[in-house]
Amino acid sequence: MASLAALLQGGGQTADGGHFEPFFPGLVVILPLLGFLLNGILALQHARASADAVRGGSELDLGDSSSRPVTHTLPTWIGPGVMGLAFLITLVNFTRMFGAHLEEPVIVHYWTWIATGTFTVEAALQLDQLSMIMMMIITGVGTLIHVFSVGYMRDDPGYPRYFAYLNLFVFFMLVLVMGSSYALMFVGWEGVGLCSYLLIGYWFSDREKADAGKKAFIVNRIGDVGFLIAMFLLYKNFGTVDFVPVFHDAEALIYGGGLVTAITLFFFLGAVGKSAQMPLYVWLPDAMAGPTPVSALIHAATMVTAGVYLVARSSVLFALSPLTSAIVAGVGAITALFAATIALKQNDIKKVLAYSTVSQLGYMFIGVGVGAYAAGVFHLMTHAFFKALLFMGAGAVIHSMHEAYHSTHSHEDAQDMRNMGGLKAFMPITWVTMWLATLAIAGIWPFAGFFSKDEIIWKIGEFGGAENAAYSGVYAVIWIIALAAAMLTAFYMTRMMVMTFHGTNRTGEEEARNLHEAPAVMWVPLAVLAFLSVFGGWVNVPEALSSGWAGLGGLLPMGEWLHHWLEPLTAQAHHIQEVNLGELSHSAPLVGGGEALWAAISTLAALAVVAITIRVVGGQTVVAVKEDKTQLTGFSRLLYNKYYVDEFYDRVIVQPIIRASRFCWKVIDAGFIDGVVNSVGWISKGSGWIVSMLQTGTVNTYAFILTVGVLFILGASLF
Amino acid sequence: MITEALVLSAILFVIGTFGVLVRRNAIIMFLCIELQLNAVNLSFVAFSRLYGIEGQLFVFFVMTVAAAEAAVGLAIIISIFRHYETVNVDSFNLLKW
Repeated sequence: MASLAALLQGGGQTADGGHFEPFFPGLVVILPLLGFLLNGILALQHARASADAVRGGSELDLGDSSSRPVTHTLPTWIGPGVMGLAFLITLVNFTRMFGAHLEEPVIVHYWTWIATGTFTVEAALQLDQLSMIMMMIITGVGTLIHVFSVGYMRDDPGYPRYFAYLNLFVFFMLVLVMGSSYALMFVGWEGVGLCSYLLIGYWFSDREKADAGKKAFIVNRIGDVGFLIAMFLLYKNFGTVDFVPVFHDAEALIYGGGLVTAITLFFFLGAVGKSAQMPLYVWLPDAMAGPTPVSALIHAATMVTAGVYLVARSSVLFALSPLTSAIVAGVGAITALFAATIALKQNDIKKVLAYSTVSQLGYMFIGVGVGAYAAGVFHLMTHAFFKALLFMGAGAVIHSMHEAYHSTHSHEDAQDMRNMGGLKAFMPITWVTMWLATLAIAGIWPFAGFFSKDEIIWKIGEFGGAENAAYSGVYAVIWIIALAAAMLTAFYMTRMMVMTFHGTNRTGEEEARNLHEAPAVMWVPLAVLAFLSVFGGWVNVPEALSSGWAGLGGLLPMGEWLHHWLEPLTAQAHHIQEVNLGELSHSAPLVGGGEALWAAISTLAALAVVAITIRVVGGQTVVAVKEDKTQLTGFSRLLYNKYYVDEFYDRVIVQPIIRASRFCWKVIDAGFIDGVVNSVGWISKGSGWIVSMLQTGTVNTYAFILTVGVLFILGASLF
Repeated sequence: MITEALVLSAILFVIGTFGVLVRRNAIIMFLCIELQLNAVNLSFVAFSRLYGIEGQLFVFFVMTVAAAEAAVGLAIIISIFRHYETVNVDSFNLLKW
């Protein structure tokens, strides 16, 4: 009970607290876990009741909204309730830290988790500016998505199970960002992977969806091996995996040395798996098999950004290795462009958003790869706002489409944009909020995405053009790719909006009568996120812009606030950069030009792309899926089929592994090993059968053998 | 004297052993076993002249055990005879592989 009391009171031990007093930080983590336990119990009760109903020859009657079983109504309050409380506690902590000028992280100890010889891991939470931003995103956006889920999942028979998994996910995600060591982070890292698997395969009776869950889980394992090896390397060299001592001791490492490069590369392998980068991105588009709010929470706003968080958290290590930094930025750039091109030709509304997420994650990695750790986290934050909004908007659309088709018992695809069109007349709120998010992701001033994306693009030039920068040619290419991908983003997002909401309705006359705006429980979260998508970027207006046109001549508040907020954590990495790279560049690569100029060029270009796309795509005639006879050719066909990457992996990796496994199974295991074991059995059995012939049942034989034996022994003892 | 007693004992024991091996009548085999036991008793008594009274003492043990064995053995043979109406041991070979 002492530990419980300590848990509630926040342990009380602070490394160097300054004036920051944590306010029950343990509760932030424990509340979602509590929600998981309560909802889990309800889910088990619910499953038993429905199993009984099925055995009785009927199905569990969910009734209408007024008379539902208690297992179906309680999660509505528990799921979002614990999230709301956790958000409030986080908010209190945030306001306290806001006024505290915290220099060192505050570590809240609870108990010793692992103690073996010289190696100990504490169960401790680390509260600092970075984990606080992540906590705000996770609990804040998480609460909105939980509320949205109440509407979206209302009629699903697995409702309590859904909320149990969702709460469990938030618990692990908070452990991931709040843990004070790589070991605790790994606990969260694996936990969110588990919840991702459970929620992708949430409708597990559908084979395809269950397989998508398995795919996500297995692909993530590849990355996790990297995380583990990096952790082992850290332990071998520092004797600890706690953040504070590791980053303190890291200064002794050689800049660009083999060891730090190995550690960071292995960590990056983990990040590539979790954050769906090339070449391990293939699981994320398939993950869209899960319910849409899950895609919003796990596969857009929080879990997939864990890799970016990992790199930002380990900024000291990554800054020490120019090679890894270049690889991080390079992989991010290739992924950003590659995924953006695939998104151009997708017809499934969720697939467009999935590839868009992969592409935006690429931008975040470019940011943290060019040493702009604050910019990477900034894009992570704004992306959480607008991409969660886009996914939930898509969810509202799918919800409406699904009910429309359900009413006429049609089996048309409710997610295919070719079946939509003209939805703005039916769902005006969703339409407006999604347009705001689209403008934000396209990087148009003054929406949130403009500031974060533009900062990343600018930092590529600054970093790559530094006095002693290695690989400056690579960074120039990355800069061009980032600009190109930004234009593609503007195009595919506008295409998605036009196909979904504009033009004529293609749902079908009968069905169109059942199209409707989402209920308040769904559109209110959309509205909140729309507000954040518009104004969220203002927390970090670059200095070069804040007094110029982009900052309305200094009218926009909080210039570079996030940058200064994260300063205590990024200072060490920036110091390493300054010492080794010298003066950063002050103009764009290849062509020159200042920050304000390029910001203007990119926003105008994005605006132009949006305008052109509205005209071009709006002018095309789209036909519903059942009438669509278009045969794609050439490059568009390649894009539509996602460059055949899945087929390539299947041919080159999956099938050989299956064949090798089948060989091991049929030949080595069933043939050789089982053969050896079975022949030992047969030999014993056969020889036993032969020897058993001696047991004749005749007493005289026994007496004879006995006598001969005695004589033999006597004779032997004589000699 | 001892030599003659031991020779007699050896002859009796061999006759007993031979009887157990070659005869098929359960009663005869049983009597042959008794003969073996008594041959050993004779050796015990003979050796007690050399090594002390313990040999004679041991004979009583052997006789006691032999009496108990005779009681159980005869009971089994009678019960077998009631079942098969024969005491030929070749007829009783059910207990085998």
